[in-house]
Amino acid sequence: MRPFRLAGGSRDHPAYWAFAVHRLSGLLLVLFLPAHFYVLSRAIQGAAALDAVLAWTEGPLVKAAEVGLILLLAAHLTGGLRLLAVEFLPWRDWQKTLIAVTAGVSLLIGLGFLINVA
Amino acid sequence: MSARAETLLWLAQRISAMVLAVVVAVHIGTIIYAVQGGLSAQEIIGRVQGNTGWLAFYGVFVAAVAVHGPIGLRTILREMTPVPARLIDVAAAAFAVLLAWTGWQAAYGLYGFGGA
Amino acid sequence: MADMASMLDVSVWRGADEGRFVSYPVPRRENQTVLDVVTYVQRRLDATLAYRFSCRVGMCGSCAMTVNGVARWTCRTHVGRVAKDGRLRIAPLRNMPVIKDLSVDMAGFFAKAARAKGAFRPTADRTADFAVIAPDSPRRRRADAAIECIGCGVCYASCDVVTWNPDYLGPAALNRAWTLVNDERDGGNRERLAAVAGDAGCHACHSHQSCMERCPKHLNPTESIAGLKRATVLAALTGKL
Repeated sequence: MRPFRLAGGSRDHPAYWAFAVHRLSGLLLVLFLPAHFYVLSRAIQGAAALDAVLAWTEGPLVKAAEVGLILLLAAHLTGGLRLLAVEFLPWRDWQKTLIAVTAGVSLLIGLGFLINVA
Repeated sequence: MSARAETLLWLAQRISAMVLAVVVAVHIGTIIYAVQGGLSAQEIIGRVQGNTGWLAFYGVFVAAVAVHGPIGLRTILREMTPVPARLIDVAAAAFAVLLAWTGWQAAYGLYGFGGA
Repeated sequence: MADMASMLDVSVWRGADEGRFVSYPVPRRENQTVLDVVTYVQRRLDATLAYRFSCRVGMCGSCAMTVNGVARWTCRTHVGRVAKDGRLRIAPLRNMPVIKDLSVDMAGFFAKAARAKGAFRPTADRTADFAVIAPDSPRRRRADAAIECIGCGVCYASCDVVTWNPDYLGPAALNRAWTLVNDERDGGNRERLAAVAGDAGCHACHSHQSCMERCPKHLNPTESIAGLKRATVLAALTGKL
C-alpha cells in the first residue's frame, strides 16, 4: 500500500524550484541574523576585539560559509525581486525567463565575492 | 487574525522587501568592495565611525529586516509545523523585537565605535 | 491478441484514501487518450472501477486525474505524450477526499468558489438595457484572460498551499473571483474582496505557479490572485476591508 498523495509531479517545474530556493534561503538568512548581530556586538567592544573577530573569519571554513551566505543573500534578493514582479506587474511570458536570470545573477554575485575575497 | 490584519502583514512584507532590495544590493556591493585586500578593524572603523549616513543606512536595514524576517518565519511555521497559530504570532513578534533591538544596538555601536 | 510491445502497463489506484495500485494490461492504440485507457479497464477488465467523465472533449471538466504524478484532464491527454515507456500510473486528484478509486469528492472545491463570492451579483434587473462594455477596455480584457475555467480541479490538486492550509480557497475559486472583480455589471465587490483577503485567501499564495503550469486551459490563476492581492490591499488601505 502506498500513499498516492505525494505531490511529485506537481512540483516539478522551475517556478516551484524558485520557491523552494526562496523559502530555504529566507529561513537560513533569518536564523543567521541573530548570530550576525551577536558577533557584531562582540566586535564593537574595541579595535582589538574587532581584529580578533576578523582574524577568526580568515579560517577556510568560515570563508566557505561566507561564500554560502552571499549566495543565499543574492538568491533571496534576486528571487524576491522576481516575486515582486510577478505580484505587482502584469504577467508577461518574459517573467518565466526571470527565473534563469535570478539564478545567473546570484551565481555571478557569489563569484564576484569569491574572486575578491580569495 | 482578521483578513484585514493579514492583508496589512502581507503589504508590510512586500514594502519591507522593496526597501531590502535596495539596501541588500548596497550591502553586497560594500562587502565585495571591502573584502578586496582583506578586512581590517581600522578600515571598517574608518568607514562607519561617526558617519550618520551609514548609521541611517543600517538603521533602515535593521528596521526592514525586523519586519520582513519574522513575517516570513511566521508563514513557514504556520504552513509547515503544527504549532498553534496564536503561539506563532507571539513568537514572531518577539523575534521582531529581538532583531530590531540587537540590530540597532550593533548599528549604533559601529557608529560610536570605541567610545561615543 | 496484441503482443507485449503493443501493451500498456497501467496501474490504477483502487480504494479510497486508503488503497493500493492495481496493475492492468491495456492494448496500446493510436490516438489513445488516458480516458480511453481508464474506460477500457472499466469496460473490459474490471467493471467495479469508479471514475468520472462526461463530455470527452475537454469542455465539462469532470475527468481530471493524476497521471504519472501530474494532474491532467484525461480526455485530452494522449497516452503517447505522457507514457513514453508504456507505463501509466493513474491516481485520483490530490487535495480532495477520495470517494472510490479515481472519483474524488469535489464538494469542498466547489464550496470554496461560493465562499470566494464566485456568484455574479447583478446591479440591474431584467428591465434594464444591455450593459455596454468595450471589448478592449482593461477590465474586460482582464476578465477575458481568466474566464475560460471549466472547474476541473487540476489547479487545486496541483497547489501545495491547499495541501498546507486546507482552508485556502485555492486557485480556481480565486481566479473566478477575479473575473467578477473585473465585471462592470457586478455589485458584490466589497463583500468579495473581504472574502478573498487574508490567510485563507489570496495572500496565502506563494506564486508557486503550479496552477498556471498545469491548467489545461492555459489560464494563469497566479496572475489573477496577484490582481486580488493588489485589489484587497487597496481596499484595506481605503477602509473598505
